[in-house]
Amino acid sequence: MSIDDQIQEFVGARRPDLVRFAALQLRDPALAEDVVQETLIAAMQGAVEFGSRSSVKTWVYSILKRKIIDALRTRRREVPLSQLGAADEDDDNFEGLFDHRGFWATEHRPHRWANPEDSLQQQQFWQVFEACLDHLPARTSRVFMMRELLGLEVTEICQELAIATSNCWVILHRARMGLRRCLDETWFAR
Amino acid sequence: MMNCQQATQLMSQELDRPLNWRERLALRLHNLMCGGCHQYRKQLAFLRTALRARAGGD
Repeated sequence: MSIDDQIQEFVGARRPDLVRFAALQLRDPALAEDVVQETLIAAMQGAVEFGSRSSVKTWVYSILKRKIIDALRTRRREVPLSQLGAADEDDDNFEGLFDHRGFWATEHRPHRWANPEDSLQQQQFWQVFEACLDHLPARTSRVFMMRELLGLEVTEICQELAIATSNCWVILHRARMGLRRCLDETWFAR
Repeated sequence: MMNCQQATQLMSQELDRPLNWRERLALRLHNLMCGGCHQYRKQLAFLRTALRARAGGD
């Protein structure tokens, strides 16, 4: 099978997945469709460059991530981070999680998750996972996805969004705390 | 001793920047004594694995 055919086959079969990935981060279904369309075109044009360096999946996602970063940049000029909601809206209240000395409250102390790696093979897990990502407050989510899904370094994110590094760390900490808690309650507690 | 609130902050930052030796030592000592934070660290590592898988990494 030629590289063109492989790319076409992958995008044909995984298109809904690619669109969901983009929509999760852009929070705009129409824009997500456009970005995936551009990704397909770019992938076909770049097929020669691709050769056989990596899997088609990794290749297509790497293009998609670049396109999402471009779309976020373009939109940031139109919708600055500050308009995504006030900072304190994102201020998840962790107080109940810890006691007055800052140690885990008994009912919130993390317990071992049973075979988390097996979950990765289950379609239902991914539905829960995305619902949990979706529940993160908008500003928190933006920073977290730039870090974890688009793979940007903290310094790049801070520059891009014009926020202090220490602030970035706090936001990422909140995001992880929130995502962990959501998965703990909705998936691993079953 | 460092408390869990501070330990969870460091365990998050550990995924974004290299901790210095002082921080690494304090965290290791804390987690030796604290089962909750020991699990928390493993769970954060799992979150990253899941996120990488979701982002098309092999």
